[in-house]
Amino acid sequence: MPDHNPPAAALPPGLAAPPEVPWPEGLTRVPYWVFQREDVAALEQTQVFRGETWNYLCLEAEIANPGDYRATTLGGVPILAVRDHDGEIYAFENRCVHRGALIALEDFGHAREFTCVYHAWSYDLQGNLKGVAFKDGINGQGGMPECFRMSEHSPRKLRTAVVHGLVFASASDTVPPIEEYLGDEIMERIGRVLGGREVEVIGRFTQELPNNWKLYVENLRDSYHASLLHLFFTTFELNKLNMKGGLIVSESGGNHVSYSAIDREAEAKAANDYAAQNIRSESDYRLKDPSVLEGEDEFGDGVTLQILSVFPGFVLQQIQNALAIRQVVPRGVGRTDLHWTYFGFKDDSPALRKMRLKQGNLVGPAGYVSMEDGCVGGFVQRGVVGASDRHAVLEMGGTDAASTRTRATEASVRGFWKAYRACTGL
Amino acid sequence: MRITEIMAAQARYARCIDTDALEAWPDFFTEDCLYRITTAENHRLGYAAGIIWADSRGMLEDRVAALREANIYERHSYRHVLGLPLLEEEGPEGVRSETPFLVARIMRDGATDLFATGRYLDLWRMDEAGAPKLAERLVVCDSSRTDTLLALPL
Repeated sequence: MPDHNPPAAALPPGLAAPPEVPWPEGLTRVPYWVFQREDVAALEQTQVFRGETWNYLCLEAEIANPGDYRATTLGGVPILAVRDHDGEIYAFENRCVHRGALIALEDFGHAREFTCVYHAWSYDLQGNLKGVAFKDGINGQGGMPECFRMSEHSPRKLRTAVVHGLVFASASDTVPPIEEYLGDEIMERIGRVLGGREVEVIGRFTQELPNNWKLYVENLRDSYHASLLHLFFTTFELNKLNMKGGLIVSESGGNHVSYSAIDREAEAKAANDYAAQNIRSESDYRLKDPSVLEGEDEFGDGVTLQILSVFPGFVLQQIQNALAIRQVVPRGVGRTDLHWTYFGFKDDSPALRKMRLKQGNLVGPAGYVSMEDGCVGGFVQRGVVGASDRHAVLEMGGTDAASTRTRATEASVRGFWKAYRACTGL
Repeated sequence: MRITEIMAAQARYARCIDTDALEAWPDFFTEDCLYRITTAENHRLGYAAGIIWADSRGMLEDRVAALREANIYERHSYRHVLGLPLLEEEGPEGVRSETPFLVARIMRDGATDLFATGRYLDLWRMDEAGAPKLAERLVVCDSSRTDTLLALPL
């Protein structure tokens, strides 16, 4: 029999066929096939989302009372996050152990128990199977066999952890505790926004992106593009590369914070930099109603922008007073759901709350500074068709994935790939 | 205010957006107007945030300026199809109406998709010249999902 199979060593574990080109050493090249292959997407489900990672599920405030639940997703797997009567939060797969149907059909609600609509098998709030309809049959006929034990059947349960009101879950028993996974700097920066506050949701929107999920998470870690693609920021001095600020990349590479603060002095000194580069960002564009930019320094540190990500798909955003969570969910190789949860705090003054609504214009599917991020991933997805043997180049700011004072760098994008390759073995 | 006047204003509004005459779009509103795009779910839950949230005609003018000068998106257009407005009794603040809409989006490459369906919850006031103007337009989209981005207003 002729041997058509390539040598086993050429096939990275989990891939159905050898990659078009090998992934070069180092962090500065990303082969485009990684955005295009079904087998890579399947591998990510087990190695990234159900692997050694913590994934955002929902806000603790969304399941404040015993019996409150939220149907969410981990990677793409339907998950229920539930508050039980012991006050704890439990997470388990939203999948009946009988025939696999969804246990809960609503996105959120309040329940005493969950009953699958298909054959009325029921579960308690921790995901334990508690009832099987007609278990003993009818009139002595039918029913489950004697040996069937309900305790031996339950949907897969996840580890959960709450960080400043954010509910995370992991399918892994061996992933380090969330505090370790995030690292001190990321923990501190989450606490800066959410610590000791009572969150109130003020809006929820889903944006469907025409691209692989990794193109979006690259984009949100990419501090280099911000002032180049998003003219709105630049023109109104919200976010220029010459502002005071920097980039924090976690040890793993996967988590990051990009932040900036107004620095009037540096602003004056570097005023000519942009003009000298002849970049499209320079214009005479001014607002008729500038009240949209009259935010409060609500955290008292002058930081006007903090974008924080946690590997693989979580984002905490502060853009002036516009606060939001973004959850990135793959929907196949070339589709991604981006779930936005806009929030404020219960003790917001009316003026601050109004400012959040007004500055909501900056973000979301119609955001002055995020609209482009909705389409630019699609430009790449379409651009790289037929180029699966080529690579993206990530050399801005060097070759490493370390924290830096400049944001003219792709360090945190490289950090994402560092964590991704560690997870997937690609 | 007669229903025919409101229907005429609605028709002009739709044509204004669909023919890319966006600079005239803010003129359909009063100076201190409220314009918000949200979803049926957010509306039902009483969530105040919007996909677009504006409380002045100046903000609408800024939206148009941003689309023209700042924002990057692929060229596209809309086709609004409006249903019949349902009018409430005229109150001291004006006339409220509810109007269903369908909006198709036509992309640069020719693809046409149903982009949004929903209803306009409007409050109309007569201006000095006796023309109905929008003091409020709450655009409630039926779906909680937006494909790619929402650039042009609804």
